[in-house]
Amino acid sequence: MSSPLLYAKNLSTGYHSGGRKIVVSAGLPGLEIDRGRMICLLGANGSGKSTLLRTLAGLQPALGGTVAVGGATHLSPADLARRISLVLTDRVVGTNLDVYSLVVLGRYPWSGWLGGLDAADRSAVGRAMDAAGIMDLQHRKVHTLSDGESQKVMLARALAQDTPLLMLDEPTAHLDLPSRIRLMRLLHTLTREMNKGILLSTHELDLALQVADELWLLQSGGVLHKGAPEDMVLEGVFEAAFAGEDVVFDRATGVFRIHPEGGPAIRLEGDGTLAFWTRRALQREGFTVIREETADRVVRIIEEKSAPRWVLETAGSSRSYTSIGALLRELK
Amino acid sequence: MNGSIRKLSLTGLLLLLVLACVLDISAGAVRIPLHDIFRILFSRAPAADASWSFIVDKIRLPKAITAILAGCGLSVGGLQMQTLFRNPLADPGVLGITAGASLGVAAVMLTGGSMTTIYAIKELGPSGSWLIACAACVGAGMAMLLVLVLSGRLRDNVMMLIIGLMIGSVTLALISIWQYFSNPEEVKDYLLWTFGSLGGVTGKQLSILGLIVGVGLIAAWLSSKMLDALLLGENYARSMGLTVRRARTIIVCTTSLLAGVITAFCGPIGFIGIAVPHLARLCFNTSSHRILIPACCLIGAILLLLCDCISQWPGTQAVLPINIITSLVGAPLVILLLVRRRNLSINAYR
Repeated sequence: MSSPLLYAKNLSTGYHSGGRKIVVSAGLPGLEIDRGRMICLLGANGSGKSTLLRTLAGLQPALGGTVAVGGATHLSPADLARRISLVLTDRVVGTNLDVYSLVVLGRYPWSGWLGGLDAADRSAVGRAMDAAGIMDLQHRKVHTLSDGESQKVMLARALAQDTPLLMLDEPTAHLDLPSRIRLMRLLHTLTREMNKGILLSTHELDLALQVADELWLLQSGGVLHKGAPEDMVLEGVFEAAFAGEDVVFDRATGVFRIHPEGGPAIRLEGDGTLAFWTRRALQREGFTVIREETADRVVRIIEEKSAPRWVLETAGSSRSYTSIGALLRELK
Repeated sequence: MNGSIRKLSLTGLLLLLVLACVLDISAGAVRIPLHDIFRILFSRAPAADASWSFIVDKIRLPKAITAILAGCGLSVGGLQMQTLFRNPLADPGVLGITAGASLGVAAVMLTGGSMTTIYAIKELGPSGSWLIACAACVGAGMAMLLVLVLSGRLRDNVMMLIIGLMIGSVTLALISIWQYFSNPEEVKDYLLWTFGSLGGVTGKQLSILGLIVGVGLIAAWLSSKMLDALLLGENYARSMGLTVRRARTIIVCTTSLLAGVITAFCGPIGFIGIAVPHLARLCFNTSSHRILIPACCLIGAILLLLCDCISQWPGTQAVLPINIITSLVGAPLVILLLVRRRNLSINAYR
């Protein structure tokens, strides 16, 4: 097996301020990024995700421990730039820059010292714009781009840098849901087709669970859990991580529950999509949905010739509804 | 398409530069026919009037060359500062270099004893004096050293912008104290210097100005790749392999050299440094410094030559200070261009 693209040992992150060390995360476990792997870094606001990402990328020095990129610990800025490319949260405004010129800037570590491009540079720029799907944007000025377009352009710039390792700081922030999904799928494709190692920080747990090969869950103070997403869910890492806070991670569905449990019990009989959405509706109304026969109220889903019915049985009575809305009105 | 527009702009500007040069040399209190000017410039044959040769060779030609050098230097310095600080309002003065030069001059003029000052000025004119030039160089150099020492301790370019402005403000306050306690004649001398002047830089002084501005311009052009990277901000620049601190030192030194030496010989000339980079971006529609730096040189030289023509309005004996003309003519020009190109958002200049 080849050596990892990046590994970090005993890492402590933080920064110096007025001669004092401010530690953000201390004693992190060994971290590795391999070729072709997509790693999502999760964590609450202020848990130190960006600081960790910036430290791994070499933008700020580590307070302790080592970061080795391609097996070497002390790379010159130019060598580092040929191994790691970044998409940051910094907004790039105007300066009369057009999209093509911005992507060309990604060739900085490879181009001649006046910034001239050769054929290899030009083809790398073309491939990057093609992969990011921004060919039609190339003559636009940067300040006229929407957030989603701008994010894709910054990704294209990073791809033009042609590094084995790509790091992105909250690339899905400010994007609408379809754009988020498209971006995540694009990144996933890059790991599979171009064999890149990708580390990205995000708040999108549900998307991360779907696309990541590995999750790093960072908690404030430097506790970092890592593993395959499914293992982490089954081991109850997320439930434990958020225990004590007023949010609950539902292991069965893989999402955070907005509505707290603890209301009156109701039994749900049924399967499939109908049962899933009925359960969600009941939970929203504050019910604790159970499968056991201890509840005094039962909702039974009856599927008849494409028109489902919901039958609500309470002590002695039984009524039927044709929609979830009608059922909920009755339960109120 | 973009390329052909660029070539057209370039040809147009080159023609305009030649035109502005001829216009500047022919403008002045003494009317010299155009063909006599060409004869003096190119054939070295004696002109119809012997004094014309002297006027063209010793006064008008050096002044035009000074205008070109100052126009190039100030514009490129302004472009570098606007990129380094990602601020459309930055000019070569933001580092406090111009203010430092002014402090040097004020120190000599206001406290150096009226004897030396008055002697120097009477002998050589307020801008052509070696004493004044040296004092301005020392002042500019000290301001630059201070900025460099402080910049070594900072990671952030914006903090540096603030520090430059603070240095400038302290320096100007010191000058004000000096002015407050000086007698009116000395203050007037100093005020005359602050109006700026392109005349009086001749002979050795002109070669020195040319040499230093030339070195500065070449250094600026060679750092155009660094400047391009800085367009995306320091973090991206660093991620692309730029050593931001070293780049900052090089850019600050280049701009200080340009602004310092031009202020030393011509006095503080405002406006050109802010406006020309914007005009260059408008004309060439690019952000690449490899193109913008030569573009700034061309436009800066043309603008300053034209301002110099206007300052000695044909047919009158009066000569207005160049510093007044640059603002009076230049500012409306920029407003006009911006308003006419409404499709360009102001974001484009950030």
